[in-house]
Amino acid sequence: MKTLKELLYSKDHEWIKVDGDKAYVGITDFAQDSLGEIVFVELPEVDSEFSKGDVFGTVESVKAASDLCIPVSGKILEVNEELVDSPEGLNDDPYKNWIISIEVSDEVELKDLLDAAHYEKICDKE
Amino acid sequence: MHPYLPLTEEDKKIMLEKIGISSIDDLFSDIPESVRLNRKLNINDGMSELEVESYIKDIAKSNKSCEDLTCFLGAGVYDRYIPSVIKHIISRSEFYTAYTPYQAEISQGTLQAIFEYQTVMANLTGMEVSNASMYDGATACVEAAQMAANVTRRKNIVVSKTLNPEVRKVLKTYLRFKDLNLIEIDETSGVTDIDKLKDELNKDTAAVIVQTPNFLGLIEELQDVEKYVHDNKSLLIVFCDPISLGILKSPGEYGADVVVGEGQSLGNSMNYGGPYLGFLTTTKKYMRKIPGRIVGETTDSEGKRGYVLTLQAREQHIRREKASSNICSNEALNALTALIYLTTLGKKGIREVAYQNVQKSHYAFKKLIESGKYKAVFDKPFFNEFVVTSKNSVGDVNKTLLENKILGGYDMEKQYSSYKNSMLLCVTEKRTKNEIDKLTSVLEGIE
Repeated sequence: MKTLKELLYSKDHEWIKVDGDKAYVGITDFAQDSLGEIVFVELPEVDSEFSKGDVFGTVESVKAASDLCIPVSGKILEVNEELVDSPEGLNDDPYKNWIISIEVSDEVELKDLLDAAHYEKICDKE
Repeated sequence: MHPYLPLTEEDKKIMLEKIGISSIDDLFSDIPESVRLNRKLNINDGMSELEVESYIKDIAKSNKSCEDLTCFLGAGVYDRYIPSVIKHIISRSEFYTAYTPYQAEISQGTLQAIFEYQTVMANLTGMEVSNASMYDGATACVEAAQMAANVTRRKNIVVSKTLNPEVRKVLKTYLRFKDLNLIEIDETSGVTDIDKLKDELNKDTAAVIVQTPNFLGLIEELQDVEKYVHDNKSLLIVFCDPISLGILKSPGEYGADVVVGEGQSLGNSMNYGGPYLGFLTTTKKYMRKIPGRIVGETTDSEGKRGYVLTLQAREQHIRREKASSNICSNEALNALTALIYLTTLGKKGIREVAYQNVQKSHYAFKKLIESGKYKAVFDKPFFNEFVVTSKNSVGDVNKTLLENKILGGYDMEKQYSSYKNSMLLCVTEKRTKNEIDKLTSVLEGIE
């Protein structure tokens, strides 16, 4: 299982990368590996707003469909349209292929997220 | 009546012995003597099969069906020409008796028929995706409303009062328990009041539902409505008579997000209220939000074409609690009927049917207006139904028509209280010039 040191993680297996005012959100390597071959990603509308933990989309694999939960509250700035035609991108490189970018509404919420080492421990238990 | 041999005395004896009692009365020994009837029930003696048959047939004779009467009643259910090939194909036992025939291993024929039904319905409505069908037009409309609420994460369903009142009733019933609000928009001169509709659009509006041709027979202008609805990021749901699409622009062409309607028109008989056929088509964008079953075409391990249920993550198998709907039933036999109907007629045929509806209904309308005794209630384009008014009550007019073996129109006042003495008449392709002339002459003769 791969993690990246510079990212923050949620217990729901999403990662977030804060880049100035903007943050990118995707699913972790552990998530893509558990789901198996991903065949569809449902993306939210740009400009829609979500509170921490809200479902902002779904990923469907050949064996399951899972909700995507937003790690911190925010407004959708961009969605990765490439995933519509190539959902397998999430299997190939889940850290390069982000799903949404958001404007974080409350930076304090970032403190509740996990660093790579903590996240790995959680995955080990699952 | 015993058209078969029931239990013999010997059978009864063996069964009683097996459970350790000596007579059937012993089965009732727990019931106190004082409350027992102790005599035979006061009903007639049994009849022979022959007697029963003739008795029931006699009662049935007092029914008046559209075989006995000439039907000018529409209002959601239509007396249409049904090609005889339909009954020959649908009564094959492979189709007729199969229940939930979705297993790919044993049901390739049914699955292929459903796949083809989906294809013709998507083509007819101008949409990209169709489900395998639903119970009827009303429940298809409900499913579309729920789907819109799920897609938009909004709670208000705005519906025009020109939508079939019975469909609106079903919507009301369902939405009450789905925590969604139903907002009804008045009509003006027989069509949706667009200004009022605009006023109701806001960030809570999940969808707008409009019927065209509407319940009052008129064709709704939806170009502007489409713009307002989409500017508001709501979904446009169009409810329509599929036959009308033989001549009118398809809802897909003017930007509908979901198209639903009653498919009875497509080769299904009127059946005293059911079973009917709900259809629901949408765009690729909402493909994964569509309720019910979808059949897809694929290739098997040997590279041969085959059919399977597809996109099932939408429904109960995987995400029961998250699915926009848990409905899994379709109306396979009625969908098959629609498929045979549409393929028998072909593109030209359905255009011809639609064209005849327009011509014949306009001929009847024109004759009635020329008589001077009937006035047009609306002044807008219509498909095959129109409303006329006279000085007499619709009940009285229909009574006279019935005496002349004609089933008259729908009394508008039942659902639209401001339209007194107004009758919604329907003329389908089945009506001949002679029948229409008889209708108008009987109507003109009413003093």
